[in-house]
Amino acid sequence: MKILLKGGRVVDPAASRDTVCDVLIDGAVVEQVGSGLRTDGAAVVEVPPGCVVCPGFIDMHVHLREPGQEHKETIATGTTAAVAGGFTSVACMPNTQPVNDQAGTTELILARAEAAGQARVYPIGAVSRESKGKQLADFAELRAAGCVAVSDDGQPVADALLMRRALEYASSFDMLLIDHCEDPALRGGVAHEGYQASALGLRGLPGVAEELIVERDVTLAGLVGAPVHIAHISVRGALRAVRSGKERNIPVTCEVTPHHFILTDEMLKNYDTNAKMNPPLREAADRDAMLQGLADGSVDAIATDHAPHHYDEKAVEFDRAPFGITGLETAVALSLDRLVQHDVVSLSRLVELCSTNPARILGVAGGSLEVGSPADLTVLAPDARTIVDVKTMRSKAKNTPFDGWELHGGVAATIVSGRVLYVNDAVTGAEVFASIGESIPGESAK
Amino acid sequence: MGPFDTSRVAVPGEPGATPPKLRTGLRSRHLLSVGDLEGDEISLIFDTAEAMKEIELRPIKKVPALRGKTIVNLFYEPSTRTRTSFEIAEKRLSADSLNVAVAGSSMVKGETLFDTARNLEAMAPDMIVLRHQASGAPFQLASICRAGVINAGDGMHEHPTQALLDGFTIRAHKGQIEGLKIAIVGDLLHSRVFRSNLLLLRALGAEVWVCGPPTLIPPGIERFGVTATTRLDEAAEGADVIMMLRIQRERMLGHFVPSLREYFMVYGLTVERVERAKPDVIIMHPGPMNRGVEIASEVADGPYSVMLDQVANGVAVRMAVLYLLAGNPDEM
Repeated sequence: MKILLKGGRVVDPAASRDTVCDVLIDGAVVEQVGSGLRTDGAAVVEVPPGCVVCPGFIDMHVHLREPGQEHKETIATGTTAAVAGGFTSVACMPNTQPVNDQAGTTELILARAEAAGQARVYPIGAVSRESKGKQLADFAELRAAGCVAVSDDGQPVADALLMRRALEYASSFDMLLIDHCEDPALRGGVAHEGYQASALGLRGLPGVAEELIVERDVTLAGLVGAPVHIAHISVRGALRAVRSGKERNIPVTCEVTPHHFILTDEMLKNYDTNAKMNPPLREAADRDAMLQGLADGSVDAIATDHAPHHYDEKAVEFDRAPFGITGLETAVALSLDRLVQHDVVSLSRLVELCSTNPARILGVAGGSLEVGSPADLTVLAPDARTIVDVKTMRSKAKNTPFDGWELHGGVAATIVSGRVLYVNDAVTGAEVFASIGESIPGESAK
Repeated sequence: MGPFDTSRVAVPGEPGATPPKLRTGLRSRHLLSVGDLEGDEISLIFDTAEAMKEIELRPIKKVPALRGKTIVNLFYEPSTRTRTSFEIAEKRLSADSLNVAVAGSSMVKGETLFDTARNLEAMAPDMIVLRHQASGAPFQLASICRAGVINAGDGMHEHPTQALLDGFTIRAHKGQIEGLKIAIVGDLLHSRVFRSNLLLLRALGAEVWVCGPPTLIPPGIERFGVTATTRLDEAAEGADVIMMLRIQRERMLGHFVPSLREYFMVYGLTVERVERAKPDVIIMHPGPMNRGVEIASEVADGPYSVMLDQVANGVAVRMAVLYLLAGNPDEM
């Protein structure tokens, strides 16, 4: 089955392409990209005006909660949320129950993802057994089972020796090491340490707890010559450490979340537990530094740190609420509004941050529309209006501070492996994408 | 002076008072933060408290101002002084009050604060007085409750009635607060008394100095509008009021201070240090105090100590707050 997406703006930084042209999909792969492509036997879709065809977006940092915490999210609901948010792939953190530190758990995750048939799932294995920071997990086994990276996520690797060995060992299997950087001795707070936390009587999480470990990781990556990826960077000092590493040609990359480039600790004023996450919302100077990093190239990727929690878990005192907010269904609209509409980055740079770079950093397929690439496409509608409404979200969880926000920009459609998995009714003309699904026997476009 | 002056504050039911009139000058039906009070509201509370103090002098210390009103004292943290003070204030105003003490341990495995509050709400109380170890808990409670909420201390955040009784005590001794040099000394970081007093004293025009070990001065102090120092002698110099804060004995554990002995050597209020202050200085402490840790017994028991005035005024100030909040006919 061939589909021809005709006459849309195609933005594919990996091919240095930003032009109006056609994309021909053959089954699950991209067959051809160019102008005036022949239409023999292909279902033709005229891309609606204002829509932009991009390589599928990849969220390299999500929590799908399965196995073990299915009351928060499942692989099925999380990957459905992903495609509704414009993501064709997600990489899921290992802090499940049990921790994803062995092949059996990895295989279960992949089997559930396959059964769900929504976004692609790339499991991330644990650095240490049960993420306890004592003994390395079996990286070769995890790699063989399908893990693309290792991380102890919310339990940052505290021991510098373990970190060094993990970097050395992981690189031999082409596995990326992703670190949540936070000095454990400086933990214990619930909000960014600074004026707001002091005024509200909330225990502080100092920015230097992040900066110190980023400095350490960059230094160790330089020592052993293995790549390290810094998860959800949030303070200017940590970004400075990443920049400094890149200047020294150390293989360090980093991601930033939409909430860290949009919100500040001013959000805490009414003790809203949906403004509680780790790393916490920082001060304005940090937020501005994140925007600068996105613009100047020192930030490599946008990731959501999608952290679904049950309503009951967040309906408690601020001190007792779990860290984390959802992100899959808001990130793209937020990025289009706050980055592209506000001229922080070009649309092409946004695609780099959400697709090209995550694919390259994780070493996975996609991130490009080159011939032979998977037919994973995110169709953006940069001029559409999006109203964030938790009631219509696909995720099981509703813990977002962005509920009710009106945003300039949205997702028109999401195509994974040639299958149209999401069409946004609110985008004018997007229904043409639904017709593709209908034209494929046995496929439905929902 | 607020919308009422002292002479016009009527305590309903008092013989010979102007006709009983339930009215209030407070704009909110809750008291969550001192920051929510305008200057005229603070004055109104002080003036009302003056009238309430008079009730204490009577042979029968009871007026029917809150007759038929139900007040729940919901305490998630142990408290002797504050809970007793609220309870006496409620009884003197003829409210039907009850104490619900929730042990810290049952909070972890049992019902959430909000479910507890909803259950209490179902029994239609008029006010909930909440003491809770989590900063912000009264704000969250107020957002789901029909009853008025009084913050009786939330974590490290605020303790508004303590600040009001402190301000009332200072005004009683000094006549006014504007222009006074007031030094607040001790564990500022963890102190809700400090935060509420800061808001109150600055709103009333005091020059506020704060002093403590650098480890216990809140980050961002430069935005608090105070002069911060780690030298007690500087803070005490020429002070009209020195307000000591309690230091918890377990603060050595987080490496905040090396030992209580050293704490007293550097930050303890001794007679010699008091002598740097104005001759008519008053020394305050919210209690419970650690003698020989933050304050020398000679100072605590000295002529300038007003700690028992604070306790006595606490009842009058809480009567004023309860009356001004629960006596509002528009909200009932």
